[in-house]
Amino acid sequence: MKVGVVVFPGSNCDRDMYHVLTDVFNLDAQYFWHEKSLPKNIDAVILPGGFSYGDRLRAGVIAAHSPIIKDVQKLADKGIPILGVCNGFQILVESGLLPGVLLKNESLNFMCEWTDLIVENNQTPFTNQFKLNEKIPIPIANGEGRYYVDDDVLKQLKKKNQIVFRYSKIVNGSSNRIAGVCNESGNVVGMMPHPERAVESEINPIDSKPSSKIFESLLVKMGVNN
Amino acid sequence: MSLESRELSELKSKIGRDPTSTELQIVAAEWSEHCSYKSSKKHLKMLPMTGPLVINEKGYDSGVLDVGGGYVVTAHIESHNHPSAVEPYGGAATGVGGVVRDILSAGTRPIAIFDGLRFGNIEKDKQARWLFKNAVTGVADYGNCLGIPTIGGEVEFDECYQNYALVDVACVGFGKKENLIKNHAKKGDVVVLLGGSTGRDGIGGSQFASDSLESEDRSAVQIPDPFIEKLIIDAILEARNEKLIHALKDLGGGGLSCAISETADALDIGIEMDVDKVHTRESDMRPDEIMVSESQERMLIITNKTKLKKLQDICKKFRIGCSVIGSVKFDNKVHVKKGKKTFANLSADIVANATLLDLPSKKPEYLKTITQEKKFKPITDYSKTMMKFLASPNIASKIWVYSQYDHEVGIRTVIKPGGDASVLRLDNGKYLSVKIDGNPKQCYINPREGAIGCFEEACRNVVCTGAKPIGMLDHLQFGSPKDPEIFWTFLESLKGLTDFAKDFKIPCIGGKVSLYNETPAGPIKPTPLIGILGLIDKKPLVHQKITKGDYLVMIGNTKDELGGSEYFEYIHKFIGGTCPTVDFSESKKNMKSVLEIIKQELPKSVHDCSKGGLAVAVSELCMIDQIGCKVSLDTVPGAKLPVDRILFSESHSRYLVTIEKKNIKKLENILKKNKVSFKTVGIFGGEKIQFSNGAKSIIDLRVDKAQKTWLNSLRDLVLHG
Repeated sequence: MKVGVVVFPGSNCDRDMYHVLTDVFNLDAQYFWHEKSLPKNIDAVILPGGFSYGDRLRAGVIAAHSPIIKDVQKLADKGIPILGVCNGFQILVESGLLPGVLLKNESLNFMCEWTDLIVENNQTPFTNQFKLNEKIPIPIANGEGRYYVDDDVLKQLKKKNQIVFRYSKIVNGSSNRIAGVCNESGNVVGMMPHPERAVESEINPIDSKPSSKIFESLLVKMGVNN
Repeated sequence: MSLESRELSELKSKIGRDPTSTELQIVAAEWSEHCSYKSSKKHLKMLPMTGPLVINEKGYDSGVLDVGGGYVVTAHIESHNHPSAVEPYGGAATGVGGVVRDILSAGTRPIAIFDGLRFGNIEKDKQARWLFKNAVTGVADYGNCLGIPTIGGEVEFDECYQNYALVDVACVGFGKKENLIKNHAKKGDVVVLLGGSTGRDGIGGSQFASDSLESEDRSAVQIPDPFIEKLIIDAILEARNEKLIHALKDLGGGGLSCAISETADALDIGIEMDVDKVHTRESDMRPDEIMVSESQERMLIITNKTKLKKLQDICKKFRIGCSVIGSVKFDNKVHVKKGKKTFANLSADIVANATLLDLPSKKPEYLKTITQEKKFKPITDYSKTMMKFLASPNIASKIWVYSQYDHEVGIRTVIKPGGDASVLRLDNGKYLSVKIDGNPKQCYINPREGAIGCFEEACRNVVCTGAKPIGMLDHLQFGSPKDPEIFWTFLESLKGLTDFAKDFKIPCIGGKVSLYNETPAGPIKPTPLIGILGLIDKKPLVHQKITKGDYLVMIGNTKDELGGSEYFEYIHKFIGGTCPTVDFSESKKNMKSVLEIIKQELPKSVHDCSKGGLAVAVSELCMIDQIGCKVSLDTVPGAKLPVDRILFSESHSRYLVTIEKKNIKKLENILKKNKVSFKTVGIFGGEKIQFSNGAKSIIDLRVDKAQKTWLNSLRDLVLHG
């Protein structure tokens, strides 16, 4: 059972994610530099947060052309669970694996604060341990985190159950308060908030249990008893 | 900007000939105040710099503390005042970049950033608002991109910074003791320049920073590129893990000139280099331009030829420049060539060691009358005054600032910004508590006591989290040292800091001096900034939500000390009065007692009482937890004073302890045993912040209304004026 953590030039949450996977959830995790290829038998892939290529042009747009993205695409087609967090979400959107775009926050500022998510879809490999409408206290930290889709796409997302997380209140001006979405098959999930920053009670001022379920869901999906 | 005529003749006599133009540029950069500390160095030696936890190695740009379990913490502080005053975004951003590389130079990973920002009156002055807004964005964009959390700092506004900016940045690093880079070099080792390309930006930056700000020389301001810096951090740490680095030095003020000459001098070696080997941004740069360019994101590495290949592979992986620019010699010379032609050949010792000055000092005239108070118009409605106070830029919450900083990345931040000190968890099971503090208003009225006050306040803040202070960083910011009155204030502050550091056994592990902080309107107020690192062995005191029925206990005496207070200066527009003075024995007793009650896990929270006095400190507790509090001013420890003095005095060594009723007896026993001055002054509950004196109500505010004003006023001021 192996989880790949993809590292792009400028990724800066890769070590945090690796720590959570290995030290908190006892998973076998491995870093993969963006120019390397991903093994075919990998069980899950995570694209962590950060500032790949310094957010030049647009957050995630250059990393979306990294060699490793072709492998991510292939694994996605095979139904392997893939999670993009923050910049990882932006890369998944820019590479076309997920719908929509991420724009500058309505405040035009970088925002780092704790907020509440609402679980809208508990059928994905990262949310199967949640009840619908469950609340997750979690931090966001981004400058380009405003998820945008037009009304037609939004209708489709709703119809196909692709909205995974919504903010409980208006945070940054996202369409329909969307914080995370999945692809049509549900195995590729992207989210702006940082679950790896919320699963340890020592650094979570509110409650670390809900965020932990994101990783516990993956363990269940992979058939690991933790 | 170049050498003074006295310095030029000194240089000539030392080298026995006329210097070449390249040599002149190199020496002018290195002998600038910014690089040489020529005015201050003689006096800085008075600070205690050793202690049981301090690790001293040659050639370090940061202080190193042994925190146990085979781990070290490194720390450093820098300012970027002149650049930020003309180009606040780039100035602040490159300020972050520079201090981060100092931490990296020791072979440690940067794990936290702190910023101290000071500007003019943003209520009146649009330029001050512009400087503030862009400096904050500069710090945010740079630190966030690096993935180093900015977890603390302070923001202050004062008329003395009109048309100017103080941007101070501190950085803390962490690593294994065995991974520290022990700077050394052997003959034949190669000298490598790693990182961004060298361009014409920042030429003469250190001389620019060593002069009064008269010309707005934007070309002397460096251009930030946090993405390259992030790649450098990753590459250097990978090279460190593979033991590829013999010596490491950041390129900061003075660029290559300083890095080469200081490294050669510290390691007692010679360095021969070829400017043609430097990867440049422009093709037609002159040797002297290459030598003094302060282009950012560059590091100097000394390694040997066999390790070089591996180092080049790492740089290739991260696609960062890596040029072999020279080699190590044993003649102690800085030898700069272009191809075969020599452009400079000087003893490293001469370049790196400017003649130190012993400048005259004289007590300023204004201090003779500054303690005299004038008669104030009595306050008729304290509730109204309090609302105005909570909305004032210096008292209002700084959430607009720190919410733009990623303060969570790295997943170490146990106590987040917005409280007293911020706390990080370390890999050895311990916790590091850090705070920076300055107080120019008090330092202006009394440079010695003001500086001591900053020191004690920063200590108080880390003590509030349960940490014992283990190291201090000082950043001494003053006007022109050539003015004897200003130099006197510098010496007084330094003496005060030295006395406190010695008495409390807190070593100074690093620091910086920034002089010539002057604008056409005059010098800034003395602005020493103190950073304190505290260590927690077991468990930090993380603020627990205050609930109805909790008690408010005040430790420490409130005295008639309103000189330099926010109340005098903001409400009464008066500069003067009696500056708060730290009573060393009371201070020590109170610190020890607070640490003891935290260790016994008695309080729900401990809050420092400082800027804005008791009235503000209590309001902060109430506003954070959205709960009311009834405080009786007649029970506040200390001599009987008029109500405004009790509410707003900024006396030191005071703590506000929130505690459940069931623990109050145990608390009293400890405090009585330690002979600490304390009293239960209030009880939490309801929806109002209420201060009374006997039966008379003095302040009566709704918490929700106060909170809204306190949280939003700074943002509203920046965005809407």
